[in-house]
Amino acid sequence: MALTVARFVLKHLAFLLLTLLVVSFLVFTLSEFSPGDVARKILGAYATQEQVEILTKQMGLDRPVLVRYVEFLGKLAAGDLGNSTRFKVPVQDIIWTRLANTAFLAALAFACIVPLSMLLGIVAGMRESSTLDRAILIFSTVVASVPEFALGVFLASVFVVALGWLPGTATLVAGGGWSIASQLVLPVAVIVLFDAGYVISMIRASMIEVMQRPYIRTAVLKGMSFRQVVVRHALRNAMINPITVILLQINYLISGVVVVETVFAYPGFGRMMLEAALFKDIALVEVGALVAVGVAVMTQILGDLAYMLLDPRIRA
Amino acid sequence: MSVPATAEGLPAVPESVRGGYARTWARRVGRIRESKPALIGLGVIAFWVAAAALAPAIAPYPPNANDMAALAHPTPSGAHWLGTDHLGRDIFSRILWGARTVLTVAPLAVVGAAILGSLLGLTAGYYRGLIDLVIVRACDIVLSFPVIILYMIILAHFGSSALNIIGVLTLTKAPIIARIVRGLTIELREREYVAAAKMRGESPLYIMLVEILPNARGPLIVDMCLRTGYNVVIIGALGFLGIGLPPPDPDWGGMVKDTYGMMSVWPHMALFPCAAISSLVVGFNLLAVGLREIGLRD
Repeated sequence: MALTVARFVLKHLAFLLLTLLVVSFLVFTLSEFSPGDVARKILGAYATQEQVEILTKQMGLDRPVLVRYVEFLGKLAAGDLGNSTRFKVPVQDIIWTRLANTAFLAALAFACIVPLSMLLGIVAGMRESSTLDRAILIFSTVVASVPEFALGVFLASVFVVALGWLPGTATLVAGGGWSIASQLVLPVAVIVLFDAGYVISMIRASMIEVMQRPYIRTAVLKGMSFRQVVVRHALRNAMINPITVILLQINYLISGVVVVETVFAYPGFGRMMLEAALFKDIALVEVGALVAVGVAVMTQILGDLAYMLLDPRIRA
Repeated sequence: MSVPATAEGLPAVPESVRGGYARTWARRVGRIRESKPALIGLGVIAFWVAAAALAPAIAPYPPNANDMAALAHPTPSGAHWLGTDHLGRDIFSRILWGARTVLTVAPLAVVGAAILGSLLGLTAGYYRGLIDLVIVRACDIVLSFPVIILYMIILAHFGSSALNIIGVLTLTKAPIIARIVRGLTIELREREYVAAAKMRGESPLYIMLVEILPNARGPLIVDMCLRTGYNVVIIGALGFLGIGLPPPDPDWGGMVKDTYGMMSVWPHMALFPCAAISSLVVGFNLLAVGLREIGLRD
């Protein structure tokens, strides 16, 4: 068992490394083959050609791509992530704080998504086509359809503009009479609503499938109460698929978080990436993309691992 | 306490009438009436398609015309049904024209992804072996990219345009479709009619496109519906982030971006485009739920 898990983790870590290598190479070469040279992007449109040439020499940009790619990897491995032109600081000084802020937001949202969608998904799926099931199905479909920025606008127009109960921004700086906790309510609510809709429908589908299996019928015919059948027999098997889905959600969370952070001016990783991209801050975009992909692949591995530990058939 | 029987759980009625394609399709379309979500979804989509098609005829104002007189009172009125935005542009007209953009870009990207994804999935599932491994791994790598991050990288280097958006959406959605088609192909290639085609000496390309692909269309159609909805969300999000279609042509996400800072004074400027995009996505997702319910996947 322990050996299987170890082999599994090793195999997947190798895949993570391969993915990061491919991605870093793609991202790196993209900046080479896109129009305009790197020095020009760093200096901006108003630099003279002479300045561009000097910087090109200084940075060694006139050497072959492959040589510089290997050098880039070496620097990354040594912990030197380059300098951000947008924020005028070394990349590592900004990226980890921003990532921590986003992780905080995502963790809060995650802590709400899991219990909420489990409850609604199981209640809906245990009696397919019941009125409650239809209601939950429609609710989750509609909620998962509304884009995050629209959800943000809808919620803000009610709770900020009409009722004045909550602040419209979440800058993590307590000011204007709003505590940081009150600032977090709306961003977390938007992420929870958007993601929970999808997870609910997955758990519901899985629950419906499990409830149709013969062993559930046996348990019912044995005279077990419906409640016991659901809690003791159906739950464990119904949760196998959704757990991987829930972990894969983290990947979607990253995309969604960019929008939510922009709506509420939250100082997170997503907004940092957006600013870097708009400002053509190549170093920050490169490292940020690697971090985002790394996080995404890690969660995929965790999802596969959870799947393996939960499903005895794969464990063998 | 019995488990309720569903139409899906029952064995499928064998379709003995081969060749009666027109009739079977007519019957399937007719079955959409059985599902309320599908009907509502279809209605919403039809509404927006009509709005997009008729925009030049029914929009009361050009989408980028500024009505300076309306700026003093931009709220909904007789002259401007949904009011005007911060530049005095008629919101109703801009929403109609915005429907054109989103309903062109989103389906085009889905069709692109469906073609690319089907080809990849068919090749991987039909040949298996090394080709399969390479395609699956490549798909995994693309899938590990959060779409918005990928788009930001492209934007940082190439700038933003409708073509770039279609390209990125095609590239990021194709692996999902490839996965579905690959799974179906692995199952379908063992069927008798594939063996028969092989014995007739048909080329692999013919077998993949004519024998296997049509039989995989059910799940594909449901998935394409969902994908179109997701694409609308992403296009809206890109517009909202200011990295979508270039201004000044109306784009629902961009309309929200321009005006949500004025929410506390004029909430209608952001609310109407938000309602438009939300309803369109709800339409696609309800249609997908309904189609799945009917079991149009055959």
